[in-house]
Amino acid sequence: MPYAEFKDNEYIESLVNELRANGTNVVVGSLDKLINWGRSNSIWPLTFATSCCGIEFISLGAARFDMARFGWEVARASPRQADFMMVAGTIVHRMAPVVRRLYDQLAEPKYVIACGGCAISGGPFKNSYHVVKGVGEVIPVDVYVPGCPPRPEAMIYGIMQLSRKIKVERFFGGVNRQEKRSDFINAHPIEEALVKEGVEQEEGMAK
Amino acid sequence: MANVQEHIARLFPEATFEEGEVLLVNIPDAKWHTLAKTLKEDSELDFDYLVALVGMDWTETLGVMYYFSSTRLGHSISVKVATDNRENPMLHSISDLWNVANLYEREVYDYYGIIFINHPDMRRLFLRNDWVGYPLRKDYDASPETNPVRLDHEAVDDTTFTYVEQPDGKVVKEERTIFAPEDFVVNIGPQHPATHGVLRFRTSVDGETIKKIDLYLGYIHRGIEKLCEGLGYMQTLHFTDRLDYLSAQQNRHCLCLCIEKAMGIEVPRRAQVIRVMMDELMRISSHLLFMGTFCMDLGATTMLFYTLRERERILDIFEKTCGARMTFNYNCIGGIMEDIDKDFVADVKKLLEIMPKAIKEYDTIFTGNVIARNRMEGVGVISKEDVISYATTGPVGRASGWACDVRKTHPYGIYSELDFDEITLPEGDSMARYLVRVEEIKQSCRILEQLVDNIPEGDICAKVPKIIKLPEGHWFQQVEASRGAFGVYIESHGDQKPWRVKFNSPCMNLAGIVPHAAKGGKIADLITIGGTFDYVVPDIDR
Amino acid sequence: MLELSHGAEWLNQWLLSWCAPWAAVTIECVLIGVLLLLSYSVLALFYIYFERKVCAAFQCRLGPNRVGPWGVLQSVADMFKILIKELISLNHIDKFLFALAPYLVILASMLCFSMLPWGSGIQIIDFNIGIFFLLAVSSIGVLGILLAGWSSNNKFTLIGALRSGAQMVSYELSMGLSVITMVAFAGTMSISEMCQLQSDGMWFIFSGHIPAIIAFVIFIIAGTAETNRGPFDLPEAESELTAGYHTEYSGIHFGFFYLAEYLNLFIVSGVAALLFFGGWAPLHIPGWDAFNGVMDWIPSTIWFIGKAIVLSFIIIWFKWTFPRLRIDQLLTLEWKYLLPINLVNLVLMVLVVCYGLHF
Repeated sequence: MPYAEFKDNEYIESLVNELRANGTNVVVGSLDKLINWGRSNSIWPLTFATSCCGIEFISLGAARFDMARFGWEVARASPRQADFMMVAGTIVHRMAPVVRRLYDQLAEPKYVIACGGCAISGGPFKNSYHVVKGVGEVIPVDVYVPGCPPRPEAMIYGIMQLSRKIKVERFFGGVNRQEKRSDFINAHPIEEALVKEGVEQEEGMAK
Repeated sequence: MANVQEHIARLFPEATFEEGEVLLVNIPDAKWHTLAKTLKEDSELDFDYLVALVGMDWTETLGVMYYFSSTRLGHSISVKVATDNRENPMLHSISDLWNVANLYEREVYDYYGIIFINHPDMRRLFLRNDWVGYPLRKDYDASPETNPVRLDHEAVDDTTFTYVEQPDGKVVKEERTIFAPEDFVVNIGPQHPATHGVLRFRTSVDGETIKKIDLYLGYIHRGIEKLCEGLGYMQTLHFTDRLDYLSAQQNRHCLCLCIEKAMGIEVPRRAQVIRVMMDELMRISSHLLFMGTFCMDLGATTMLFYTLRERERILDIFEKTCGARMTFNYNCIGGIMEDIDKDFVADVKKLLEIMPKAIKEYDTIFTGNVIARNRMEGVGVISKEDVISYATTGPVGRASGWACDVRKTHPYGIYSELDFDEITLPEGDSMARYLVRVEEIKQSCRILEQLVDNIPEGDICAKVPKIIKLPEGHWFQQVEASRGAFGVYIESHGDQKPWRVKFNSPCMNLAGIVPHAAKGGKIADLITIGGTFDYVVPDIDR
Repeated sequence: MLELSHGAEWLNQWLLSWCAPWAAVTIECVLIGVLLLLSYSVLALFYIYFERKVCAAFQCRLGPNRVGPWGVLQSVADMFKILIKELISLNHIDKFLFALAPYLVILASMLCFSMLPWGSGIQIIDFNIGIFFLLAVSSIGVLGILLAGWSSNNKFTLIGALRSGAQMVSYELSMGLSVITMVAFAGTMSISEMCQLQSDGMWFIFSGHIPAIIAFVIFIIAGTAETNRGPFDLPEAESELTAGYHTEYSGIHFGFFYLAEYLNLFIVSGVAALLFFGGWAPLHIPGWDAFNGVMDWIPSTIWFIGKAIVLSFIIIWFKWTFPRLRIDQLLTLEWKYLLPINLVNLVLMVLVVCYGLHF
C-alpha cells in the first residue's frame, strides 16, 4: 500500500482539524504529544477471540506477520492491563453482556477494534435469531476491520489506524472521543435492577 | 439389516419400519426407552454408539430422529420418535444409556422445547434460561422485540430441574442441586485464554483438585441450522466453513456429499482427488495448530511459532488455489469451484519434503521434554467404553483405542482406494491424544504422497441444475473431519430449501466429556485435557 | 582503569571540603537513592526490551523494531503508557492491602537490588551479613504477592497467590541452602569480601568444583522459581489463571509487578554471578598475563552487569523452551529431589573445605 493511501483517512483528518481549530498551549501540547507517543506505540491487546478471526489473530502474532515489531505482542489475559480489545468473531446474544463487562473492565484509555464481518454487522449470520448485528450495538467501536476473516495484513492496518487515532487524542484539556463514549454508555445502559445482582455474582467471572 | 428388522419386530410388534439409506424404526414414545435398552444391550443388535440425535418439527408433530451404529458389528439403524403434543411435548430420555445423549437432548429441548423425561439436567443449552420461545420450531417468532440484545447478566444457576416419571405414569418436576453453597466455584470462561474460544466451565475445586464441572455452551451459538432452513442448498454451503474453521474443507465436503447423495450426482474423479487432497492438507494444518496451541497452553510458547511456520506453508497452498487463508468456499455441489493452481503440485511436494524434518524438530523441542511428558502422561485417562458412550470420535477416540475413523469404517470419496493406517493407541491419556495427532500428520502426508502425482485430468465439476431441489426424504452423511466424525443430516420436503439441516459436530461430544475426564485432576490438568481435546467452540455451538 | 569508585571517592572528598560531615552523608544518601531508582528503572526497561528481543529470536521473529532505532524505545513507550493508565478502584476489596501489595513487592526487590556488588569498591550497603540480609529481604516479596492475591477478592488471584506461597516457601529453602553451601566455602557472609576472595580470577565455581557446580545448578533452578518465571510461572500461569495474582491490578500498580518481575530476574542472576562467577571480578586465566591485563582494563561494573545479563539470558532461555510444571510436580521437584541433593551437597562442601580439596 502506498504511504499516501495509508495516510488517507478522512475521519482522523477531521479530528486533527478539530484539534487545530481550538489551538493549544505549548507546554500542554508537547506533554500531550509525549503521552500520545507512548500510548500509540504501546497498545496491548486483550486475548479475546470468539471464532475464525481469532485464529488469524494468532497468525498475526506468529513469525510471518509478527505483530511484536510494533510492540503489540504483549497480549494480556486480564482486561485490567490491556489497552484495546480486538473483537475477533461473532458476538451472540448470550455473549453480549460478557463483552460489555469485559469492556467495562478495561482500564482507560481503552479502544475497541471490530474485526471481521461478524463483529461489524453480524456478517453471514445477520439473519440469525441469536446473533448481535455488530458489536457496535454493545460497546463503542474505534476501528472496523472488514474481512471474513480479515487477513493478518488487514489487522495490522487496522491496529495502525487505531494507533494513528490515538496520536491525535488529547490527554489534557481537549476531548474528542471520550465524550462520545460516555454518550454511548448512556444510550446503552445495563438495566439497573440487574446490575446489583451482577455485582454479587462477579468475583471470577469473565476474565 | 433384514434380521435386525425381524428381531426388533418380534420384540416390539408396535414398531413400524421404513427402508432407506439405513433402516428406520418408528416407535411410540411409551415403548421407546425399552427399545433403546434393547438396542444397546441385545448382543445381536449392540448399538453402542449414538451417532446423531436430531430434533425435528414436522409442523403437526415434534420429534427426534436417532442414528445408532454398532462399533462391534458395524451396522446402523435410525429411530424416529414423535409426539403430537406441541404445548407440552415430552419424550423419554436415553441419557442413562448413552452419555452423549445428555447434551444432545438438552440441545433438542433448547431448540424445540421437547422435555425429556428422566433427563438429569433439563436446562437450556445454548440460549439463556430466560429466552422466549424455541427457535427451531417452524412457528417461532424471530422478531427482535421478543428477544432483544440484553446487557444484563444471566442469573447463576446452582440448581437444575429434572422431570421424573412416577410409577403411576405421572411426570413430576424436581429440583436438583449442581453446586452446594459451600462449594468453592471457580468460573473458567467464557473469556479465558485456555478455553480456545468462548466456552465456560463452572468448576468447583477443593484446593487445586477439581470436584465437579458444569458446562455452559452457547456463547457463540449462531443459529446456523435455522439459517440453513431459510436458504437454498447452494447458499447453505458457506456456513460449513465457519463451523469448525480448522476443518473447513472436510465440513464442506460432507455437506456437498450429502446433497450429491440425495440428488444422485456422480462427482468427476479429478474433483474427488482434489477434494481428498484438500481434506488432508486441512487435517495437517489443523493438527499443526493443535500442537502449537496445546503447547502454549502448557506454557511452551515457542512451539506455537514453529508449528505455525509450517502451517503458513499450507495456507499458502490453499491461498493460491482457493484465494483465501481460512474460509475457502472451495467445494461445491458436484465438484469444486475452481481448478487447482499451477503451482499446487510443486508446493505440495515441497511441503511433503519439509514435514518429516519439522516433525522431528517438534519431537526434539517438546515431545521428548521431561516436563511435557509429566504433564501429559496419565492425565485425563478415558476408557474405550466411555469414549464410545460419549461418542467422542476422532483423534480422542482413537487415542483410547476406538477405531472410529470414518475414512475406514464408511469410506467416502476415494479413501477406499488409498493406502493409509488408522492410528489407535490403547492408553487413552493426554500423551496418547497428542501422539495420535502427530502420527496422523504423517499418515496424511502419506495420502498426499500417493495422490500428488496422480491427479487425473478431466472435469472439476459435474453438471448440476441451476436450481437445486432435493427429492423428499432424509439423508445422513459423515466424513472424518480433523476433530472426528462430522455428520450432516438433511431432511427435504421437495423444496428448494431444506426442511431441516443438522450439523452433527464432533466438538460438542468432546466438550461433553470434559467434566468426566477432568474430574479429580488438578486445575492445570483441565487445561491439558481441554488442550488435547482441541475443540473448536463455534463447532460446538453452531 | 576506569572505575566508578574513583568518582565516588572524589565526590565524597569534594562534599566534605565544603560542608559538614552529616550534610555530606545526607546529600550522598539522597544521591544514591536517586541513582538507585534511576538505574532500577533503566535496567528494568532494558530487561523488558532484552527479553522481548531474545524471545523473538528464539521464535524466529524480529521482535520490537519500530519504536526508535531497533525498537529500543519500545519499553519506554510502554512505561509512559502504563504510568498514565487508569488505576481501577474495585468494590468488595481490602483497599489498603490492595494498594500496599505492589509496593511491598517493589520494596523487596529494591532492597535486594541495593545489596548487589556493583563494582570494585562500589557497594551501597556493605555489612558482614550481607548475603543473609539479601535472602531475608527477598522474602518480603512473597508477602506482597500473597496480599495481592488475597486482597483482590477474586478466585483466580487467590489460587495464584496460594500457588505462589507454596512455591516461594519451598524454593526459598533450596535457595538458602545453596547459598549456605557457598558461604561455607567462602567462609564469609559479607558480599564485598566474597568478591574480594574471587578477584584473583579463581571464581568460586572453578575453585569449588563439583559441590559449587551442583549448588549453582540448584541455585539457578530455585532462582527461576523464586522469580516466578517459566517453567515455574504457576502463580501467573496465563493459560490457567488469566494473569494470576495480579489479575485485578491495572496501571502503574501492575507496572510495579511487571518491573519487579524483570528486576528480580536481574537480582537472581546478579547473586548467582556474585556467588559463583566472582561478582565484579574480571576473568583471569593463570599464566596468561597479557590477557589478564586486558580483562582488568574492563571496568568492574561492566563485568558485574555483563555476567548478570549472561546468566539471565539462560533463565530466559528456560522460559521460552520448557512447558510449565504442575503444582504437585513443582513441589515434588523441590522436596523430593532438590532438598536432599542440596543437603548432601552441603555436607560435601563442608568436607571439601575441611580437607582443603579445593583449588
